[in-house]
Amino acid sequence: MTQQLSIIVVEEDRDRAVTIVDSLREAGEFEIHVISALTSLARQIKARQPDVVLIDIANPSRDTLEELALASGPLERPVAMFVDRSEDGLSAAAIEAGVSAYVVDGLQPARLKPILDAAITRFRMFQRMRTELEETKRALEDRKLIDRAKGMVMKARSVGEDEAYAILRKTAMDQNKRVADLAAALVSTAGLLS
Amino acid sequence: MKLRPVSLGFIPLVDAAPLIVAHEMGFAAEEGLALTLARAPSWSALRDMLRIGRLDAAHMLAPVPVAGALGLGGGSDGLSAVSVLSINGNVIGVSRALATRLRDGGHDFAFDDARAAGLALIAVADKPLRIGVPFPFSMHAELVFYWLTALGLPAPENLTVRTVPPALMGEAIRAGEIDAFCVGEPWGSQAVEAEVGELLLPCSAIWAFAPEKVLAVRDAWAEAEPDVVQALIRAVWRANRWLADPSSRMLAAEVLARPEWLDLSAELLDRALTGKLVIAPNGEMRSVPDLIEFHRGAATFPWRSQAEWIASRLARRVGLDPELAAQRARSTFRSDIYRAAMASTGADLPGASAKLEGSLQQDTAVASQGGRLILPRDAFFDGAIYEPLLI
Repeated sequence: MTQQLSIIVVEEDRDRAVTIVDSLREAGEFEIHVISALTSLARQIKARQPDVVLIDIANPSRDTLEELALASGPLERPVAMFVDRSEDGLSAAAIEAGVSAYVVDGLQPARLKPILDAAITRFRMFQRMRTELEETKRALEDRKLIDRAKGMVMKARSVGEDEAYAILRKTAMDQNKRVADLAAALVSTAGLLS
Repeated sequence: MKLRPVSLGFIPLVDAAPLIVAHEMGFAAEEGLALTLARAPSWSALRDMLRIGRLDAAHMLAPVPVAGALGLGGGSDGLSAVSVLSINGNVIGVSRALATRLRDGGHDFAFDDARAAGLALIAVADKPLRIGVPFPFSMHAELVFYWLTALGLPAPENLTVRTVPPALMGEAIRAGEIDAFCVGEPWGSQAVEAEVGELLLPCSAIWAFAPEKVLAVRDAWAEAEPDVVQALIRAVWRANRWLADPSSRMLAAEVLARPEWLDLSAELLDRALTGKLVIAPNGEMRSVPDLIEFHRGAATFPWRSQAEWIASRLARRVGLDPELAAQRARSTFRSDIYRAAMASTGADLPGASAKLEGSLQQDTAVASQGGRLILPRDAFFDGAIYEPLLI
């Protein structure tokens, strides 16, 4: 019988960590630990001696894990970043999805595949959510600026709301700009005059 | 004319300037290239994006392609340095507490004497001395080990070098996780600004001409797109030349400060670009003319001997054979591609592709194609000279 693989998931956000762990459990029987405190990350991982470490590629603390690749003591297991040693480009897919995996050298690709597959699906979802959140934030920000700019035009030109918006839109079109960018310029420069 | 798109990655540091300037000041467009620049969250992420082909080229720590050739740091090699982006540019800083102990011990913070600063540090620091560097494969790590072991501090017994991302260096020193750090600008100045650290030494005082960042590409891409690689090398070289002109500095600081690039104050960036550093929260200043060099003395030429020096140091540290390592890594610095790219520019290139590292105690005229090349002082603080395998 082969030994159960141990996996460490490095994730500060509790909810995200839980979803990753859940999907890994669906993929197989693993021993899973979550590390949420990023200080002395390399030492925490060394102490646990996992077979696989999964970490968000956007996490700046990932660089500290590179130390694990420097096997300096006889007790330490060589750990390598899993980059394109799989025939099916699995690791490239993982990086594209935003997850990086550190694995113990010599681990069978067949044993790693279900883990990475599960992680990839989860991280793709996170990536989508992140993009959506950014877009929503931006749209909200744009809306606020346009409203303020509209108010300023209404006051300065004594026009109604619809007409104020029409003026903004036409000016933006004439200048080949987004309405939101024009509104931002108007709001920031108007601050100088008041 | 339709521009050829090229995707680049960078880490927000002052020495990413050549790539940002090549894009912003139109040097890339002059070479027929349209650059897109992506800010990377970490060196390892940047390296991996480059390896899988998501990026065409990247701002990279000089030792990363070397480590790849030695099978360190995620195995597969296949990355090369086609040009050097900057010489020097790192600073060493200490915690406020350690700075006080240094001052009480009589150290003058003269900022130009690596031996005096190192011995003073060794004398007052608790052992093991814990120093933060941004990445295990970096000039920061190599120079720290070189400096302190040459002064008699045994590693790893009394010297622990830890990886801390640059932006978190100030926090790590505040939290007492490290006693000192070696980091690229503006993060040293940022630690002073945040009143958590004081600067002890510029790394140029350890080695006067250390290759810091390189323009890294995948070998496969360099082979598939030789014309694009060469155009990129020329565009970046022009950006470097522009950056080295003192009259460009103010504008360079303003451009780099923008939110899409470094997103930090221009005043902070200006310190590194002008070599005028504030070393302590009380406003004490030091002038370091060679703090960072972008152009002078064939600064961007990728010397094979630079790769050899890095490889032999790294090998010693991780228990590989230094000479074998130098042999395997020397061709990761592609002076051949650089020469091919620069042939049409009339730039004066050195006659050789390797040199004695550390042999020049002063600026010295050397054999070159145009006969007017002067190489700057490149001495190590301890007078050591590295002799390459082949010249």
